[in-house]
Amino acid sequence: MAETRYTKDHEYIRIEGDTGTVGISDYAQGQLGDVVFVELPTVGKALAKGGEAAVVESVKAASEVYAPVSGEVVEVNGELEAAPGTVNEDPAGKGWFLKIRIKDAAELDALMGEAEYQDYVKSL
Amino acid sequence: MAAEANTDTAGASAPLKTPLHARHVALGARMVPFAGYDMPVQYPAGILTEHNWTREKAGLFDVSHMGQCFLIGPDHETTAKALEALIPADIVNLAPGKQRYSQLLNEEGGILDDLMVTRSIDPDEDGALYLVVNAACKDADYAHIEARLPANVKLVKAEHRGLIALQGPGAEAALAKIAPEAAEMGFMSSRTMKVAGIKANISRSGYTGEDGYEISAAANKIGEIWDTLLLDGTVKPIGLGARDSLRLEAGLCLYGHDIDTTTSPIEAALNWSIQKRRREEGGFPGAARVQRELAEGVSRIRVGLKPEGRAPAREGTEIATPGGEVIGVVTSGGFGPTLNGPCAMGYVAKAHSAPGTQLNLIVRGKPLPAVVATMPFVPNGYKR
Repeated sequence: MAETRYTKDHEYIRIEGDTGTVGISDYAQGQLGDVVFVELPTVGKALAKGGEAAVVESVKAASEVYAPVSGEVVEVNGELEAAPGTVNEDPAGKGWFLKIRIKDAAELDALMGEAEYQDYVKSL
Repeated sequence: MAAEANTDTAGASAPLKTPLHARHVALGARMVPFAGYDMPVQYPAGILTEHNWTREKAGLFDVSHMGQCFLIGPDHETTAKALEALIPADIVNLAPGKQRYSQLLNEEGGILDDLMVTRSIDPDEDGALYLVVNAACKDADYAHIEARLPANVKLVKAEHRGLIALQGPGAEAALAKIAPEAAEMGFMSSRTMKVAGIKANISRSGYTGEDGYEISAAANKIGEIWDTLLLDGTVKPIGLGARDSLRLEAGLCLYGHDIDTTTSPIEAALNWSIQKRRREEGGFPGAARVQRELAEGVSRIRVGLKPEGRAPAREGTEIATPGGEVIGVVTSGGFGPTLNGPCAMGYVAKAHSAPGTQLNLIVRGKPLPAVVATMPFVPNGYKR
């Protein structure tokens, strides 16, 4: 089963071999409120860990989504253009943002696992 | 993920609470600091749902943070003239039971605050004007007004009052169940009546572009009116988030963003709020600038902007010509739920202000095409 790891900024990366699917956590979508626009990177763009990967906008404000690890964007979720609310409805599933080819698997070690992330959210 | 800084610095000390604060918390609202108060930005339904509910049915807003006060003088003409020395609206000729929107101006014609002015319908209260000003400005406004009133006109703060707004096409039916007279009122009029048995001042106005009312009552009684209105299945509580998206679609200015001390009412396209007599006679702070701008035009003006794509352009976004020349800045912008798309307003050079003009909004370094649009973005539902 694919493993999911999280950043302190509430991005997740679901790891499937050497690629990872990136989105924002259920906690993050709840904090944002209704998502009305998502700006995605172009396929092929090289992302640096912690660098801006996407922008998600709620009615109130724009927020940056950071790359959990370094790598190249191999696919983006074009469905979000017409249905940005999917980020609220199914953040871990159909509301994914992009897929990244993981450059250095060691970078994943610094991220939180599921249980650790849930504890972290409770502490906020 | 990191949200853009959106800090409110007005409430550096412990936030104030409105008389309805405990009710917001009990309803599950997300509370945020706003103008020194701890206010509901949204309830569990969320901003989109709250916005749409207000457009379709009736939304109930706590606006008790706003400043309510009375100017009290010996007769209407005396009090009206005292206020006219500070604002450009015609108050002397304001009929009993009517209200007007205006602005407190500084000597340079900049806007210190915008406000609603109401003349009581009750002959016993002749000489009294009721003002509602912005929460963040109220202390400064009161000091400014008091320092300029003649000896026979007093400012009396109404701090013991709460204020709620009921807005939307269902507002009349919902309020008429507990205050039947409210149905007979016209837009921008005011009356005193019992609401659910409680004495209240009601005006038919608001800040959403919809038909609706603002209801002022004693702070220790306003909660009963709030609770009674929420018993109606068509009425839901609405937070400041939807209040902002509703007023943006309605093309209404937000003080401190779309208007401030650097903007004149003419630059802000609020000419309609300055009646003919005042334009001709002047006699208000900044009249020289206002009259000159009316006669000669302005170099920049507030316009509506409709981005052609889906990306919202927020406050501070630069506005450029297709050739790349920066000719203005967005002062309010976001997503319009009723429009189902982004909308914004901002100031542009007069030469680029005609509706239909193609411009670019520079969002995250990229030019996004937009068109100058007439406001409101969503047709208003005022009861004329």
